[in-house]
Amino acid sequence: MMRNLLSILTVVAAIIGLWYAACIPMNMHEATQQAQRAGTEVTPATASERLQLGGIALAVKNPTLWRGSFGQDRPRLPSPDQVMTELWNTTGAMALSGRAMSKRSLVFHSWITLSATLLGFAFGTGLGIILAVGIVHSRAMDMSVMPWAIASQTIPILALAPMIIVVLNSIGLQGLIPKAIISAYLSFFPVVVGMVKGLRAPGMMQLDLMRTYNATQGQTLWKLRLPASMPYLFASLKIGISASLIGAIVGELPTGAIRGLGARMLTGSYYGQTIQIWSALFAAAILAAILVGTIGLIQRRTLKRMGMQP
Amino acid sequence: MNENTPVIQARNLDLTFETNDGPIHALQDVSLDIMKGDFVSFIGPSGCGKTTFLRVIAALEEPTGGTVTVNGMTPDEARRARAYGYVFQAAGLYPWRTIEGNIRLPLEIMGFERPEMRERIDRVLQLVDLEGFGKKFPWQLSGGMQQRASIARALAFDADILLMDEPFGALDEIVRDHLNEQLLRLWDKTSKTIGFVTHSIPEAVYLSTRIVVMSPRPGRITDVIENTLPRDRPLDIRDTPEFLEIAHRVREGLRAGHAYED
Ligand SMILES: Nc1ncnc2c1ncn2[C@@H]1O[C@H](COP(=O)(O)OP(=O)(O)OP(=O)(O)O)[C@@H](O)[C@H]1O
Ligand SMILES: [Mg+2]
Repeated sequence: MMRNLLSILTVVAAIIGLWYAACIPMNMHEATQQAQRAGTEVTPATASERLQLGGIALAVKNPTLWRGSFGQDRPRLPSPDQVMTELWNTTGAMALSGRAMSKRSLVFHSWITLSATLLGFAFGTGLGIILAVGIVHSRAMDMSVMPWAIASQTIPILALAPMIIVVLNSIGLQGLIPKAIISAYLSFFPVVVGMVKGLRAPGMMQLDLMRTYNATQGQTLWKLRLPASMPYLFASLKIGISASLIGAIVGELPTGAIRGLGARMLTGSYYGQTIQIWSALFAAAILAAILVGTIGLIQRRTLKRMGMQP
Repeated sequence: MNENTPVIQARNLDLTFETNDGPIHALQDVSLDIMKGDFVSFIGPSGCGKTTFLRVIAALEEPTGGTVTVNGMTPDEARRARAYGYVFQAAGLYPWRTIEGNIRLPLEIMGFERPEMRERIDRVLQLVDLEGFGKKFPWQLSGGMQQRASIARALAFDADILLMDEPFGALDEIVRDHLNEQLLRLWDKTSKTIGFVTHSIPEAVYLSTRIVVMSPRPGRITDVIENTLPRDRPLDIRDTPEFLEIAHRVREGLRAGHAYED
């Protein structure tokens, strides 16, 4: 346990170190610009000459100006402390002052995205399980559904999402539902694949046993196939929930939406607010970790209750 | 059905599996009557069709020729009437159900009432000597206990016929002796008709009223040996001359089957 923690902390520290180091060349042009305006000597002396140089070369030529790469208003690459400060200011701090649901709060935007994610995940999982049950029980469905399911996933979601949004908008649907549909579109596939495998997991002998009891197909499904598929289902759900989150975020991009994590990233990029983009990005990552972690927790408890060997 | 009609009747049974490597003649011209209360053992070299024959009786396999009746019905009708309990070579308990839950499985499927389920589970657990283990999960039990649980599962719904395919094949000698004794007592108490596949000559002689010797390629019956031992059999009956004599005849029968093959 301690060793695990130690190695995790080492990796995190290494990433943060690299990140800080990367800030220097990334923000060096702006740093020299500001230094020159403040009257400091800069090499090379003109902005156009500097633009010819890469960030690393510029950093090497001006070692005394590195400090200026941090704490800029609109850095190309914000430093970890800037992102964390912004993240805290827009979540914890606002929540403490009772403004968790204000339009500037990432808690609010996360909730908008989360609700679409969960709704889409529920749709997608339901659809996936129904399709898998159909595929396992009907040869016709096995032959016809699977190729379409695979084909559906080869279309880039970035190309498809705007079409879905526009079409649904024309019939008066907007906001939550279209995003949830994109989420469902991404999350049903891992569930179908996992559940088909899971429902087919019982061996010949276990199926023969059901036959000797003269069990109906429904009983075999309910008492044998479904319980046997649980480990597969949970593995799929973990992939499915992260796909759902991506779907919800992508669904917010083409609408010019003003609410949701995707919208935060988009408006951030319109106005060059890199800190805002990065903090929305981190909020999404934290959300994903929480979602996957929650499913992992349910998985462990369910499988334990089912007596699966730990 | 009157007393003297066989519970299981096979007439000129043929079964050929069509495989990619050509047809496999698993059963040829198998005829056999099993009467009510018989304990019939099937013995023979690997691949001679013992399992296949049991599966035909259980309607898990369709014969390509000949007829079988079970309780005067076709095997499939008998299956639908839940005429038999089947014990597979591996215990095959569901890992997500407790021992009780596993025994309850056929009862749930057959729609028994709750109190009756409880009663039956307790009874069969006692029958196979597993009282107190009902709440355990299969992996918490030894292989022998798991196999007993799977027998309890097959007994729970009280079918008159019990079909067992090498149920003790994977167990050590001592456990096996113990289970043999228990099975014999159980058969005596319940007067079920039992079909029992085994590779062990002593096991076959110790348990059965009749021993069916089979030989491979194509699988057929080469000998049916009546067991003259008394119904009450302590374990040390296996050292008596009478027992050894019958075991000798079974061995001869097996050898004859092999000679035919060369
Ligand atoms: N489903 C099947 N498809 C094709 N061939 C099969 C099938 N089941 C059994 N066979 C073949 O039929 C023959 C008899 O098999 P069976 O399982 O009845 O033998 P067995 O006497 O039970 O052998 P063992 O003692 O090893 O269990 C074997 O040659 C086997 O390969
Ligand atoms: Mg066999």
